[in-house]
This record gives sequence, structure tokens and C-alpha cells, in this order.
Amino acid sequence: MGDCLSIDEVMGMVPQQEPFRFIDEILELDADHIVARHTFSKEADFYRGHFPGNPITPGVILIETAAQASVVAFGIYLYSLETSREDVAKLLTIFTDCNIDFSGAVMPGDRVQTTGRLKFFRRKKLRATFDMTLDDGTIVCSGELSGMGVPR
Amino acid sequence: MEQSEVMERVVKILTPWVKDETALGKVSMETNILDDLKVNSARLVDVVIAFEDDFDIEIADEDVDRVNTVGDAVNLISGKL
Repeated sequence: MGDCLSIDEVMGMVPQQEPFRFIDEILELDADHIVARHTFSKEADFYRGHFPGNPITPGVILIETAAQASVVAFGIYLYSLETSREDVAKLLTIFTDCNIDFSGAVMPGDRVQTTGRLKFFRRKKLRATFDMTLDDGTIVCSGELSGMGVPR
Repeated sequence: MEQSEVMERVVKILTPWVKDETALGKVSMETNILDDLKVNSARLVDVVIAFEDDFDIEIADEDVDRVNTVGDAVNLISGKL
């Protein structure tokens, strides 16, 4: 049995920080799923180039946003169910593969909610299905994401 | 199940993750899954789960650590059939 980290502890252990942090809060977290939110700042630098005069959140940033919730934060929690807080801190979760469909656009200032559901967590590899929605429930992307814990 | 049939199914399962198709053409029991076939190590869990599903067996994580070659996989699976 592990230390079973709290939501606040998981948030504190997500290594990504500004300007590359795309997880603001975790609403739900257990062994089967995670629900997290992020609001895209209108001031984010990537909007200057994507696209000039017509800012829209890049798909790769949406993938990263989904991964920080469904793979990184979820992975930290799942690993904490198996091992100590100290051992969890020794691992860095790397993104390994994904299969994603995009179906909507995320504009500057939009808030998105990512729901990740466990597919498997084995040998420190996590695969989760996910969907990302806007506040009005519109799905902007969905699919599968995987990551793996490696020594820091 | 004959070992040759297990071998054939193992190679078929590995194929989607193989990066060196030349090596796949001369695969043998001694072929190393990571070094020769260039399967990404992050995909090993996917491979093991595919073995379990295809052969309807369970493979313990400790056993996975001993699988380096195609032959290791064939022998491990054959021992569980």
C-alpha cells in the first residue's frame, strides 16, 4: 500500500510550471478517473503566432493540457496508491503516445475540463481515455493518452 | 500448441510496434525485441497486454523483466498454455 496522495499534494507534485502549466485545479480524483480544469490566459505567448490576428489554442497545447491531467497528475496519484510519497517524487512522467480526435476550437480565455479514465496502469505505464470539454459541454477533443514514469 | 505456431503469433503481435522491418524479415528465437526489432521500450507494456489478450493468459510483471528476445517471449507464453 502507498501513501495515497491528496488532490493538493498531487497538484504540488505536477512538475510543469508557468508558462507551461495547463492544469489549474483537480475537481475529482480516484483510482478510476480524474477531472481537471484549466483556463487559457488571453496573454499566452503562443497566441501571437497561432495565428496573428486570429488567436486560437494550438492542438498540441490541448494535447499537453489533456496529458498534464490524464497522464501526469493521474499517474502521480495512481503511483501513490502503490508506493511512498518519497518514491513518487523520484519519478518523472514522460508522454509516450496518443491517439486523439479534435472536434472543436478553444479560444483565448476559454476554460476547459479534462476527464481522464483509466485504461491501464502497469509497470509505471499509464494509459487513459479522455475527453476535453468547454464550459458549455462542447467536446473539443477526445482519445487516448499514455505516459510512463522514469527516474528523474 | 506447437512452438512454431506460438512464434508465428508472437511475431504477428509484435509487428505493429517494429521499427526495423528488415530485422522482421529474418526474425528468429534469438532476435532481441528492443535492440534488433527496435520496438520502443515504452511499448513493452502494450506488447505484454497484447500477448495476454491474444493467448488468453496472464503474465506477471516479474516475468516481463526476463523477456529480451522473441524466444524469451515464446518460451514464457508456451509455459502458460
